[in-house]
Parts: sequence; C-alpha cells; structure tokens
Amino acid sequence: MPYIVPVPDELSKPFWDAVQEKRLIVQHCVACNSLQYPPRPRCLDCNAEAMDWKDVSGKGHILTCGVLEDSHLPVRAADQPLNLAVVTLDDDPRINYYANLPGTPPFQVTVGAAVEVTFEECPDGSLIHDWRVI
Amino acid sequence: MTTEDRSWRRDREGLGVWNGRGKTAFAGWGMSPIDRRWDGVSMDRTLGEYCKVAARAALEDAGLKPEDVDGLFMCPDNMAGANSGASASWGPSRPYFAPPYDSEDGLTIVTNKWLLANWPELNANKNVTYAPDAVPSIGEGLGFTAQAVVDGKCKVGLYIYTANNLDGRYRRGGTFAAPKAPGASQWNNPWGANVIDLQLNTTFALTQYCQRYGVDWDDLMFPIVMQEHMNGLMNDWGFYSTNGASHLNREDYVNSRPITSPAHIWDYDRPVNAVGAFIVTTAERAKDMKHKPVYILNHNQGSGGSARSSSITLDEYEAANAKVARMCYEGSGLQAKDIDIFNPYDGFSSFLPFSLEAFGWHGVGKGEARDFVNGDISIHGPHPYLSGGGNLGNGRTRTAMYIDSIEQLRGTAGERQVTVKAETAICAFAPALSAAYLVLGSDPH
Ligand SMILES: [Zn+2]
Repeated sequence: MPYIVPVPDELSKPFWDAVQEKRLIVQHCVACNSLQYPPRPRCLDCNAEAMDWKDVSGKGHILTCGVLEDSHLPVRAADQPLNLAVVTLDDDPRINYYANLPGTPPFQVTVGAAVEVTFEECPDGSLIHDWRVI
Repeated sequence: MTTEDRSWRRDREGLGVWNGRGKTAFAGWGMSPIDRRWDGVSMDRTLGEYCKVAARAALEDAGLKPEDVDGLFMCPDNMAGANSGASASWGPSRPYFAPPYDSEDGLTIVTNKWLLANWPELNANKNVTYAPDAVPSIGEGLGFTAQAVVDGKCKVGLYIYTANNLDGRYRRGGTFAAPKAPGASQWNNPWGANVIDLQLNTTFALTQYCQRYGVDWDDLMFPIVMQEHMNGLMNDWGFYSTNGASHLNREDYVNSRPITSPAHIWDYDRPVNAVGAFIVTTAERAKDMKHKPVYILNHNQGSGGSARSSSITLDEYEAANAKVARMCYEGSGLQAKDIDIFNPYDGFSSFLPFSLEAFGWHGVGKGEARDFVNGDISIHGPHPYLSGGGNLGNGRTRTAMYIDSIEQLRGTAGERQVTVKAETAICAFAPALSAAYLVLGSDPH
C-alpha cells in the first residue's frame, strides 16, 4: 500500500520516532491524566501545557468504516477500492485512528470488530501505524 | 467593520437576540445562467459578465437601479480553495485576453475592484461608498452584509456570489497530489483520509448514525435527494431546469458511481459556473420596493464544534449541530415550532439528517429522519422540506436556499409555493458543523 508519508514536526517527532520502534504512544496530560491523539500543544480537557507520552496497548475496535472509491488524493487512488475505517483505542475510546485495515478486503469489514495496531512500511521505508482485524 | 475585524461575527452562544433583528431585509435576488463549466473562450459567459447579469436581475427584482447601490460585497474566493496548486486557479496554463480579461479576475473570480472598474453604471454617481475586500463566502457573507447595513455602513447592499467551475477536476493537484503529508495532514492523509472537503467526516458521522439508529443509507438519503431534484425543477433558473432534468430514480441513485461508499455521486452537488446576487437593505427602504420585504431576524457564523481525535464521532457531530441550532434560535428569538420554511445546506446530502434533527424542524428528533423523509415531504404537502431544492436539485450555486426562502416568504415562489404557512425561514450555506445560518421573517417583529 503506498501510504502518503507523514512528515514529523516538533510536536509529533516523539510519536513518529516511537512508531519507527514499533511502539504506539499517545500524549498524556501530567495535570489531569487525560490521553490524546493526535498530539496538540495543550491538553484538550484541562488546557495544561505539561504533556508527556505514554505507551498504550495497541488494541482497539472498529467504530465505523467506508470504502474509498474516488479519493481526492491521487497517491492513494491507486489502491481503490480501499478500506477507510475509524478505529477506537481500547485504552481510551475517545481516541480514534484512521485505518486501512490491511488484510481485510473492502466491503468485508465488520463494525465493532477487534483490531490491533500493525506497523506497515511506507514508500520511503519508514514505518506507519495501521490496524489489523484480529 | 472589516473582514479582519471579527467582532461583527455572531459565532457563539450567549449573544442574545441580534441587535439588528428585523432592521434589514432582502429586497431582491438574481441569478446568471448556470453552465456546467466555463469553456475558457466564451467572453459573454465569464464570471465577470455573469456578475452583471445576476446583479441587474437582483436590482430589477427589487425595483432599483445600479446607481441606488451604496454597498458592494463580493467574495473573491476560488471554488477549489487554496493549496491545490495548479488545480486551485485552473488558469495559468491558458492564455489570457486583452484587458480587462488579462488575469483570472473577471474570468474565474471577481473582486469588487474589477466589477467597479468594468461596470461603470454601477458606480455612475460615485454612489458606492462601502466596498470591503475579502468578504466571506455566501454563508457568512450575507450575515456580514446584513450587519454592515445595520451598522450604517450602507443602505442598499449588493452581495454577489461567484461559483466557478472549469475543465478538469479540481483538488487533485497541488498538495493533494503530494506523496508526503506535512502539518495537520500527517494525521489523516497517509491513510487516504483527506478531510479538507468535510465529506469524509460527515460520511463517517452518517455511517455511525446508520449503525446506531438501524437505518439503511439509501433508505434515508434517496427520498431527500429525489425530492430536491423535483423541487429544483420548479426553479426556472436551476441547473437541471435549464440544462436538462436528471430523471433520477431510486435504481439510478443506488447504482450510481460510488465516491466514499456508502455515499454515491448523487449525494454530492454538481459543480457549476454561475453567479447569484442579493439586495440587502434597511427595513425602512425595503418597504417601498417592488416586493414585500423579507426581514433578516438573525445571522450566525463560526462552528458548532470539532473532533477531539482523528475523526468526529456521532456524539460530537450531533452535539455540534445542536449548538448551531441553539445559536440560531437564540439570536432570532424563535423556536423550532415557529419555523415554516427550512432550507439548510446540502452540498453533501449527508449534512441533511443532522441539521433536520438538530433544529427539530416539524418535531423531528434524533434518529427520526428516515421515517420523516419517507413520509410526505413534497412541496404541497404538510412538510415541504428543502422547498428550494438546494444545491443537489439546482447545482452548486449555493444560492437556492436563500432564493427559495425569500420567494416563499413573500409569496412569489410560483408552482413551488408551499401550501402551509410561510412566515419564517431558516436558510444556510453551512457545510458540516458551520454555524453560518440566516433566520428570515415576513414580519420584522
Ligand atoms: Zn489535562
């Protein structure tokens, strides 16, 4: 799958560095213990700036799913029809991820199914997190 | 009041009833012809020319002359938006023409400076004393215009909205074609989740809706889309009434080209090349014009909310829409039971169940949209939902919601005139969670 390659920035670098080590981490608020993804400069719950990172289980469930058949992104259009699912994280279901669900053919996705994180290779050889049905 | 000054915006709850409630009114509207695309050569079908056509029609509808206008409001946005590279402007690869058509301005976008320079009769007596730059697009822009009239910036405001469409597909080049995803896009583009168009978030909100309430997408959406196409054919200016009807039926809808399954091509509005114009004036002036004034009772801007994580959840989507509805009702002093005409925005059909249930129009509550739209939502029935036919029924002019609301309230909607009471209306160009709604009334009080 030719994933479009994410470009880390100052805020996201620790996240992508962890992904290269096949670890899934999320932002953690030191003040209120809240978890969040994608990373942001402040805690969405208490507005604190003091955020660190926490390893999470990498287990989740499919919240919903569609199939891309005419994407605005020509790089991904090569893979159409392509699953595009939203996966919630079991550690905190308020966190969700986009997922292509490699290994599951399009139109055969069961909403609610259990998934686990997988680390797939991008065209430049870097790793990216995706999710597989278990 | 400039567009940099954001204090005019009514973008949150708690602002109370609008201080301009009933002090301004729509006095006229006009549309240019609607073309599927500009062909790049027909100089009588450029957006510059179409601005004049639409504005003349709006002035005629109000019983005014160009020199009566003292405020000019134009949104110079390109439909494709920024960051699309060559596909954003569509223009640079083709040759330009002799002035005034020696740039995109006048061809595929139109600024107030271009129109003032190239339509002399508009400003024949140096009557246009207020023409701010970078006026927002029609959803927020009509509110901006109404607020300017209330604030005394002008007495007769002409708002013009240009919708461009050219050869080829936009939003496929520029950053869209990039093999890398910087900035905010690093959290969605890698998986193909291009969220700039809002359609993915709304599609996923609606797939979650279908799961929660046990609703089939096609059972929910087809009756709405079909009704919009039927209503649009009753607009003599609409794309389908002037370019040929869609002859849509359920089989065609269900089998139409998938975009993001389960959403099909007929769930999306058809891009067109056209211009719409509106006259907004003081309540005082409006009384002496050709038609009954349609008073503006409230305007809102901003957004009802956003996703906490990658993709918006159904709960977040419903909560944001509910907040938008509360803002509209608070600012207008009206309640759901007071609203006769309901023309929310339908650039994607998937917006519609959410606005219907959030506003509670005709008593529709959460999860009740399917049953409602499978009842009688026809123009001449008890629940004339989307009586204007919206973008889906008329093409992506983003004007049908306003035009129909004006026509219904002044009783000039012709064969489209509803048979129920038509004294108040809600209308919008408010994609997804936008709060850019207007509330209108045939009575200023
Ligand atoms: Zn916190």
